[in-house]
Amino acid sequence: MISSIVLTTGLLLVLVGLWGLLTQRNILRITIGFSLMGTGTHIVIVAIGYVRNGTAPIIDRSLDMAGAASRVVDPIPAALVVTAIVIGMAVTAVMLAFAIRLYDSKRTLSIDAFTESKW
Amino acid sequence: MIRRLSVAVAIAAFGLVFLSLAVGYTEQVSLRPLAESYVRLVPQELGAQNVITGILLTFRAFDTLGEVAVLFMVAASVGLVLGPTQPLSAEAREEVAVKARPSSEIVRSGAEILAPLIAIFAAYIIMNGHLSAGGGFQGGAVIASGVLLMLLAYPRYRLALDFLSITESVAGVLFVLAGVAGLIFAGGFLDNRILPIGQFGALFSAGAIPVLSMLLGIKVGCELSVILDSFRP
Repeated sequence: MISSIVLTTGLLLVLVGLWGLLTQRNILRITIGFSLMGTGTHIVIVAIGYVRNGTAPIIDRSLDMAGAASRVVDPIPAALVVTAIVIGMAVTAVMLAFAIRLYDSKRTLSIDAFTESKW
Repeated sequence: MIRRLSVAVAIAAFGLVFLSLAVGYTEQVSLRPLAESYVRLVPQELGAQNVITGILLTFRAFDTLGEVAVLFMVAASVGLVLGPTQPLSAEAREEVAVKARPSSEIVRSGAEILAPLIAIFAAYIIMNGHLSAGGGFQGGAVIASGVLLMLLAYPRYRLALDFLSITESVAGVLFVLAGVAGLIFAGGFLDNRILPIGQFGALFSAGAIPVLSMLLGIKVGCELSVILDSFRP
């Protein structure tokens, strides 16, 4: 139940990001759209790793080694998302760097001003 | 008009695909075989309490290495895109620094109190990666947040970029060397059993995982700091 809510939220975030990507004309807003899409994907990946009534995969006093396999959520999506978050941040950094350079060349952040590669 | 229509069509089509995904989704009731073997193997054979860290730094450590390479590439490309066309002279740099508006008293006092705490918290997160939630990437990001706070509070603050890049390179080389040591002395590339596993749950346990975590934290922290520094005027 809870993971369906999280999954739906993630998918909605992806849609919002896609909408922003397609309709906004400001480069910073497009970057935000990209980030929203990435965040939505992360939420979806974490949600599909949920196991009913599972807990975090950390073995400690309250979770003994023998019974762990029947009580924890899937650790693989979480491990993938840790890497994906860092890569998403890196992509955002590169996009912002390009935005700064584009602003320097035309003194505007609207993509309507950049017509050189438009056909 | 046509553009708006096509955007609406694209969003609606994606919405339909996502709707069918959300409707057809059923919650797992038990772990899949791969996940189950990870949950069993990480505490038993690697001696790490946190299964996710065990996966990140041993079973899938090669992915982690590749990801660190991606971060390095990003740091290099951001520096390339944003770097000055010709190196700034000392006077020009001074002029930029003078133009920067000084931050307020509140921000400066806050930074003075918080920066050491952030550094300690980052060290805690990195060193507890194999025991509880945490690890190299997260701790490195916390370090970079402390650096960002310093850059906001003191616009004239100059990072020692040479020191950062040397530290980062040394950490990267040591990470790869630890991986090669795993190839020679243990089961494979980046195997953590090159060091004794130790007592389960102790701070110095889980073989090489705390060392790898530390190297990763240093490397990520340095790289993110360099990226942050290249973003200011």
